[in-house]
Amino acid sequence: MSTSHESENQEMQTSVKPSSLAEVAKAKAVKVPGTAALGTGLETRGVHAWFGKHHALSNISLDFAAGTVTALIGPSGCGKSTFIRTINRMHEFIPGAAMAGEVLLDGKDVYAPGTDVTKIRLQIGMVFQKPNPFPSMTIGENVLSGLKLAQLKVENKEDLLEECLERAGLWNEVKDRLGAHGGSLSGGQQQRLCIARALAVRPQVLLMDEPCSALDPGSTLRIEETIRHLSETMTIIIVTHNMQQAARVSDYTAFFLSDGGPGQMIEVAPTSEIFSRPQDSRTESYVTGRFG
Amino acid sequence: MSTAELVIPAPREIVTEPRRSDKVFRGVVTGGGLSSLAILGLIAIFLGYRGFEVLRQEGIGFITHSEWSISTDDAGNVLDSHFGLAAMLVGTILCSLIAVVIAVPISVFSALFLNFYAPGWLKKILITIIDLMAAFPSILFGIWGFLVLMPSVEYWAKLLHRYLGFIPIFDMQVPVYTRSPFVAGVVLSIMIIPIITSVSREIFSQAPLDRIQAAYALGATRWAMIKAVVIPHGRSGVIGGAMLGLGRAMGETVAVFTVLNIVFQVNWQMLLGAGGNVASLIILKFGDASPYEIKALMAAGLILFLLTLIVNAIANLIVKTTGKSGR
Repeated sequence: MSTSHESENQEMQTSVKPSSLAEVAKAKAVKVPGTAALGTGLETRGVHAWFGKHHALSNISLDFAAGTVTALIGPSGCGKSTFIRTINRMHEFIPGAAMAGEVLLDGKDVYAPGTDVTKIRLQIGMVFQKPNPFPSMTIGENVLSGLKLAQLKVENKEDLLEECLERAGLWNEVKDRLGAHGGSLSGGQQQRLCIARALAVRPQVLLMDEPCSALDPGSTLRIEETIRHLSETMTIIIVTHNMQQAARVSDYTAFFLSDGGPGQMIEVAPTSEIFSRPQDSRTESYVTGRFG
Repeated sequence: MSTAELVIPAPREIVTEPRRSDKVFRGVVTGGGLSSLAILGLIAIFLGYRGFEVLRQEGIGFITHSEWSISTDDAGNVLDSHFGLAAMLVGTILCSLIAVVIAVPISVFSALFLNFYAPGWLKKILITIIDLMAAFPSILFGIWGFLVLMPSVEYWAKLLHRYLGFIPIFDMQVPVYTRSPFVAGVVLSIMIIPIITSVSREIFSQAPLDRIQAAYALGATRWAMIKAVVIPHGRSGVIGGAMLGLGRAMGETVAVFTVLNIVFQVNWQMLLGAGGNVASLIILKFGDASPYEIKALMAAGLILFLLTLIVNAIANLIVKTTGKSGR
């Protein structure tokens, strides 16, 4: 469920011609999916979601190849956030929430009876819209908090700490003050801290729910660089309202839309195709900024 | 554009004239706020005024000695008097501390259960019951303690004495188990559980959802999430609740009077059937006290009032110093 509706309208205003977005999308290094040898990836089959009686999401079947970045775009309320929250089973925390269909991680259904939910969430990490470091912990403790929460043992904490902060692009800024509290960082730094925290438990998949919508353009750019780096070693699914961002970071883009009823997936394709020759007229209208 | 030098003006005075409705409302709420302060002040002045004579005569001995005696001649003139509160103060502190030590863990666990584990229907029922407990007349807790708890307390007291007797407060030389500070503490703990539970429940329910989700998304179990997010967030609130409970336990009169054996001798051994409590001293002596002794009881009231004030001040200090982390 997306909660920030103020910032996204602003982003919508910057309508960009499809051709230029397509150029942005093509400018990235071409990645052949599945080369990273990171398991067989993630797949959803016929996923529906409800909040009480409200049918929020209908029949989403998507493949996420290992080592790729997939952007989910679409107007507010079309079920993008709900969809990624069904993937790591955060959806069920909302009272009255229900789902149908299958989410397969390496071929195994994460909703199968007897599945340890906490293990699923270790394999499928998540970064939220609003940076949410633990304020009572120091920067270092925040990064390693996942180990403590899930009671994992690790040989060399110092190395892991440095590695995660390095991968999240934060190491140079905080290496001299790892003992400072997480809340003392700027918003963008806090968000990268949250990314480092998610990396420390070594997930296969990272879900990002509008990770930059609360951040300034500079921080957004840093995080996009981070996402490109991370995608070499993991599968990333990012919800975004910023089509420039989708064009810059993603290998594939899926367009979601709700026509008053439950949210549906209209189209999925390599990002450069979505922005240059979308198959569906509604996708074209959306990416050219004619509605949204 | 003229090249004249820019004159920096003095800052303007900004005046706002509130509307009349606002003024009236401000008057009403100010009156309400000040009246509680005025009532508290008047009570303190009344107690001080009535107790002043005794306080001046006894001096510091009023809180360091334990003797409480007065002898009068047939005409009612005071011949000799000794008033000392030491035993009662020690008893007050001991009973209340026992109560808080027992009540805080129970309250925190029930607050956690209510917020994070109980199904909706059970939660509603339990909250009603716990709120009802807070409104229960204290004499009934006293009678329950007397009739139900007292007969079985000997067993628990012997158990504590045998295994923890090496710690001075669990030690006892004389085998008198009933009517001990321990019994009073248990009764008081049941009386203060509702308030601590309700304060803790409130603060736990305000634990920020985004951090709760962050913990779950990192693979935390429910208990791990509670340890990492809810308890750091609620720590200062729980301390505040415990202090409210402590204040109530120190001032409690009837329930303690029913189950405690009032003895004018300082006793730190919680299992020994001898103790006291300032409030129950007042109720014990008030009925047949001479005018001069009443003054002594008023002075005792003033001391209890000050003790409660000090405890609350300490509580505020603790809440302030521990409150920042975790928020």
